[in-house]
Amino acid sequence: MSTTTQAAPTRIEAATRVALAPRSPRRRHPARWILPIYTICLLLFLAVPILAMILYGFNDIPGERQTPRFWGFTLTWYRTLFDDASLNEAVRNSISIALMAAILATPLGTSLGLALGRYGFRGKAGVSFVIFMAIAVPEIVLGSSLLSMYVQVRAPLGFATILLSHIAFCVPFVAVTVRARVQGMDRALEDAAQDLFATPFTAFRKVTLPVIMPGITAGFMLAFVLSLDDFVITDFNSGQVQTFPIWVWGATRIGLPPTVNVFGTVLFAAGVLLAGTSALARRRKRQGD
Amino acid sequence: MATAVEPRRHSRPRGIDARRRRTAYGLLIPGGGWLMVFFLVPVVLMAYTSLKSGGVLSGGFSFTWEFGNYATALEGRQEFLLRSMTYAALTTVGTVTLAYPAVYWIAFHAGRFKSTMLFLILLPYFVSFVIRTVQWKFILGDTGPVLGSLKDAGLISSDFHILATGIAVVGGLIYNYLPFAALPLFVALDRIDPALVDGAQDLYATPTAAFRKIVFPLSMPGVFAATLLTFVPATGDYVEAAILGSPKTWMIGNVIQSEFLTRARYPVAAALAMMLMLTMVILTSIYAKVLGTEDEALSAARV
Repeated sequence: MSTTTQAAPTRIEAATRVALAPRSPRRRHPARWILPIYTICLLLFLAVPILAMILYGFNDIPGERQTPRFWGFTLTWYRTLFDDASLNEAVRNSISIALMAAILATPLGTSLGLALGRYGFRGKAGVSFVIFMAIAVPEIVLGSSLLSMYVQVRAPLGFATILLSHIAFCVPFVAVTVRARVQGMDRALEDAAQDLFATPFTAFRKVTLPVIMPGITAGFMLAFVLSLDDFVITDFNSGQVQTFPIWVWGATRIGLPPTVNVFGTVLFAAGVLLAGTSALARRRKRQGD
Repeated sequence: MATAVEPRRHSRPRGIDARRRRTAYGLLIPGGGWLMVFFLVPVVLMAYTSLKSGGVLSGGFSFTWEFGNYATALEGRQEFLLRSMTYAALTTVGTVTLAYPAVYWIAFHAGRFKSTMLFLILLPYFVSFVIRTVQWKFILGDTGPVLGSLKDAGLISSDFHILATGIAVVGGLIYNYLPFAALPLFVALDRIDPALVDGAQDLYATPTAAFRKIVFPLSMPGVFAATLLTFVPATGDYVEAAILGSPKTWMIGNVIQSEFLTRARYPVAAALAMMLMLTMVILTSIYAKVLGTEDEALSAARV
């Protein structure tokens, strides 16, 4: 994000560096290759389970349950990807809940982020604190408290309770993301629009909204990913309905079919592709400006 | 139409302030209301549940100010609470120390690869957290690629194992929370102007001194946020302990989960969850008091 702003000082720095006396060059040297090597090792460590997931999706196991041993390559699990009805349903549930939760949490969180980022009002510190707590409290506490409420009001656990809970934990994240964007925005833009006789609503739609749109999009994507991946809160509020993580959790006891790896790989590839293309599009747009 | 143009008044008329206030509350109410109903009310109802007595089989629960639930909940459970705190503390120290040097390099020296590197750190987020954890179970399994080949080579004894030990659980926690810790660290380090470091070195500070006196102190808000964002959720986690550990490595989260979902002892389970929440709130406030003000805690969480 700040790479463009930093490009200029670097050039000046380089010039100053030449002009001034060299500073203990021998001591700077080892850090130059130790840190990058360390960073690459850390990135590899982070990638190990992902690579394992992809690799074991091709594992030619004798039975139907994954083993630690790799027996050879096969595409069987890609061919039989949709054969397990309950796994299909779990993946479908995950995707539809994540979509709905993101669609519903985004406007709620956006308006909250706008209120916190742009306006002063009584109780603002309190609202900020509640949002902080909702993000910082352990998930298991959120899960247990929501379950306590559903039990108290005798709400049957299932799709609806999962969705309501997911919206609840996504709203604070969207709010925080949008607030950061709103706080970084130049207020003069909106004042200028109103000086040019735009109604507050038109000023919002034509000026504010486009400026904070990246924050809203980021909030939406964050909500989608958080919901798709959520396990703990769903575990407490799902009843008999299964999402993908819940299905995997249940299957770990009896052994995982390799199709789980394949679904994981497909979701991973889709996510990376989406993030990659949107990053590229953003870069191209910036270059076009 | 020129006559319609009137200069913009410098002092805002009172009507605009009132309208702004209305807009603010209008924007606040939907999201704030949702948080009220699905965050504050549930916590209050959990506190209420924790003071009930009765059982699922004996005709349900009723509210009787049953403070004894808290004693019952703690009976023989101190071990789990203590283990959770220890594992979470080790996880926090592990993630921050492992992430800091790499993030430092990315923020200051990665140049045009900065965003790619950051993306690679966040890569695990594209795989479901449960699946990632399960993969470690295969990788570290007794006959898996690591231990299996070491055993075949005769480098370790055949009954050596990592799974079902505390090391596996803490390792899994460190793995899963590393990106969490890396993000606030990156935000804090990336904000530091490299000119400050150059300035210090121009004044003949050694690179070590420049790091110790300039970079590290300025990155403290990031360390603070990373610690908070790792320690608090890790304490309540039960996925790693269940998948990579054994009943001997259970954390408090496993106890709460089984009390709620397997045994349906809601009041005792709610009491445990309340105690976990209160412990976290107290520890967080003490931490915020020691290291800075609450405002800093809030702004740290904003990253």
